Amino acid sequence: MNNLNTTEDQHHQFLEQNPDFEMRSLDAVCFNESELKHPWWYNFKYALVGLLFGVVFVKAEIVSWYRIQEMFKLQSFHMYGVIGSAVTVGLISVFLIKKFNIKTIYGEPIEFVKKQFSISQIYGGLLFGLGWALTGACPGPLYALVGSGAVVVLVVLLSAIAGTWVYGKIRERLPH
Amino acid sequence: MIEFLQKPWPWYVAGPMIGLIVPILLLIGNKTFGISSSMRHICAACIPANVPFFKYDWKKEVWNLFFVGGIVLGSFFAASFLPNPEPIQIHPRLVEELAGYGVNDINGLVPEQLFNWQALFTLKGFLLMIVGGFMVGFGTRYAGGCTSGHSIMGLSNLQGPSLVATIAFMVGGFLMTNLILPFILKL
Repeated sequence: MNNLNTTEDQHHQFLEQNPDFEMRSLDAVCFNESELKHPWWYNFKYALVGLLFGVVFVKAEIVSWYRIQEMFKLQSFHMYGVIGSAVTVGLISVFLIKKFNIKTIYGEPIEFVKKQFSISQIYGGLLFGLGWALTGACPGPLYALVGSGAVVVLVVLLSAIAGTWVYGKIRERLPH
Repeated sequence: MIEFLQKPWPWYVAGPMIGLIVPILLLIGNKTFGISSSMRHICAACIPANVPFFKYDWKKEVWNLFFVGGIVLGSFFAASFLPNPEPIQIHPRLVEELAGYGVNDINGLVPEQLFNWQALFTLKGFLLMIVGGFMVGFGTRYAGGCTSGHSIMGLSNLQGPSLVATIAFMVGGFLMTNLILPFILKL
């Protein structure tokens, strides 16, 4: 804790001292990176963002099994347009946040954690891709399909949670 | 206005809205966009079973569970109050191909003839729902993220590993849809 001039330095040190840091950079993509402690009901703002996301998922038919098949058969531009324009907007936003050092609404600096290359991105990625085309859904749409009334997809979601659990169980024996 | 909202939304409306979730989550609480992690948090909360991978303070990540809870509510809202009045548009070649496998009811978001409770007890349904779901959960965690965490958040932040993962997702998807799925649908 010596000579920390800026809040950026302090926040960087917090991230490095966080016991989850290594695990986060290797694995879970969305780990909490805020140092602030808020009452639990502050989390409702994330539910609100999720709500908007759920509406877009259904209305743009991103959760449609048919749209996913069309994507992998190159029969429709729709999904490529969705993902491509989402990445473009995301890229510009992240660029602006970095360039102008934009802080959160609580004044915290935003730092991005670098990901490490690993063979697991290829093995896991292929496995997920196969499952994506089978079920016609990635994890977000699984939740959205259940909400939209396709209740049987709850079984797919539970199976995905089981898959996550089995991965955690045998993680040490897999190549990473 | 309602009519406009009820029609299927074009990609150039939906894509940018999804992209905006990246800065919104960062600005309102320093959160990085990702969905598959929620399944890890559910494991950590419900069945940690002394597995080191699930022994962490999941309560710190509870925002992610609120986020996916919001997705469930939002999709319920959209399906209940903004239903598409027109039949779903599907590429004629796909319609024809599915008809060849006996799938001719193509309404809704998933083909009900393939995804239903009775089908769970057939080999085809078991592969589509149970095995498919398992691969989604196992694969995303092995890869360290899904379409949102890698393909949208990771690529937005110019992460090479996310590009590798995204290419692997697409390769897996192309293989399944074009080479393996036809055999499963024939079952």
